[in-house]
Amino acid sequence: MQPFTYAPVADAAGAAARALQGASFIAGGTDMLQLLQEGVAQPAELADINRLPLQGITEDADGAIRIGALTRLQDAADDARLREAFPVVTEALDLTASPMVRHMATVGGNLLQRTRCLYFRDVSTPCNKRLPGSGCSALDGENRHNAILGGSEHCIAVQPSDLPVALISVDAEVQIQHADGAERWVPVEDFHRLPGDTPQIETVLRQGDVILGLRIPAHARGRRSHYVKVRDRASFSWALASAAVALRLDEGGRVTEARIAVGGVATKPWRLPRVEQELLGVRLDRDRARLAAVWAAEGAVTRSGNAFKQPLLQRTVERAIIEAGELA
Amino acid sequence: MPPEPAQSFAVTLRVNGQSFETEIDARTTLLDALRDRLHLTGTKKGCALGQCGACTVLLDGKRVVSCLMLAAMAEGREVTTIEGLARGDELHPVQAAFVEHDAFQCGYCTPGQIMSAVGAIREGRAGSDDEIREQLSGNLCRCGAYANIVAAVRDAATREA
Repeated sequence: MQPFTYAPVADAAGAAARALQGASFIAGGTDMLQLLQEGVAQPAELADINRLPLQGITEDADGAIRIGALTRLQDAADDARLREAFPVVTEALDLTASPMVRHMATVGGNLLQRTRCLYFRDVSTPCNKRLPGSGCSALDGENRHNAILGGSEHCIAVQPSDLPVALISVDAEVQIQHADGAERWVPVEDFHRLPGDTPQIETVLRQGDVILGLRIPAHARGRRSHYVKVRDRASFSWALASAAVALRLDEGGRVTEARIAVGGVATKPWRLPRVEQELLGVRLDRDRARLAAVWAAEGAVTRSGNAFKQPLLQRTVERAIIEAGELA
Repeated sequence: MPPEPAQSFAVTLRVNGQSFETEIDARTTLLDALRDRLHLTGTKKGCALGQCGACTVLLDGKRVVSCLMLAAMAEGREVTTIEGLARGDELHPVQAAFVEHDAFQCGYCTPGQIMSAVGAIREGRAGSDDEIREQLSGNLCRCGAYANIVAAVRDAATREA
């Protein structure tokens, strides 16, 4: 680890001020410590934001649910209101990391988890995300875990978090405060950026921003929602493919609303508007689910090691639709 | 006012009911502080990347991996390590169950397995073999003693219930 200075900060304004001076934040620390240990992150200063009053889950009068940025993943997973209203979010949290990591990691930090691309984490190799302009080792390297959607000639690294995938299916938004005191809301769907030719820029956050929390709007209540995660081992592993599905059905079993997002396959949490469109207005059955899910891989670009993800993604989405619609 | 950012400073850590004041570099992990400063070497260093669970301790009663936390972040919190479980010569029920069920071979992962099991039982998440396997999935055992670990945790959970 490179030397750095450390100090806790007391409030969001103090945190933002340190960030403007170039400090990096540490919250749960579960990704930051790995990045520090491997020399990927070399901050001059770490500002510990754990004392900010951003913990806990509350319900608005209209039924929206707010999750403070420093809420631990396990505490969010254990919240009965969240589980009842938005099961897809709870299921994604249940399948995230290990119990120890869930007790430490925060929901705000989870949105900012860095890619698990082998080359990003290995400072002895070229990586455009870690060292812009150095090249992408994954394009023709060990790319079994890399993206088939949203990549560019500069980067095919997967954003590995489960939570934002689920949050997209329930129209969640991120609350952000800037150092100047201004607050803004960004849909989770628009929070992460495509790599393009600047893969080192991963989100819409600017220097001096602090994530205050998340809000899941009341209008997303009542959808049948479900999260499916496929991985190399039964537990404690990143997704090879995952799918969050939220559907509203009318009394006749016809789909009136559909939100579908996928993880483990794309450079950012990835919404599938074409699959949603295929489901709208149809009476859901297993054939419809399969036909719609074919569109999940629309635009996919596969590499030497990750072509398996194309059918895997389609079948993961199909299974998530079937299970969400209780057609199994 | 919060303190000024610094590269080294004194911290007070509460471990197993005792307070320890020690001077640390900002980079010191909780794991390294426990082992190298407080000489509590029961907590093991495996991967140092949060992947193996050998360094599992309880923080305010909840399971964490001490390698992914700066020691400075543990100030004001209560840390419990494997050394804090037994009462004198009387083993904690989970420790006793590990001995009884022969739930280890080389023993390197064992402190982490036991701390994780203690946490899982306290959280009420050790109700079935499947749940125990899922709850201890962050604790790897390269000797492959998993079958006996599950049996030990199930036995201890049943006795404590």
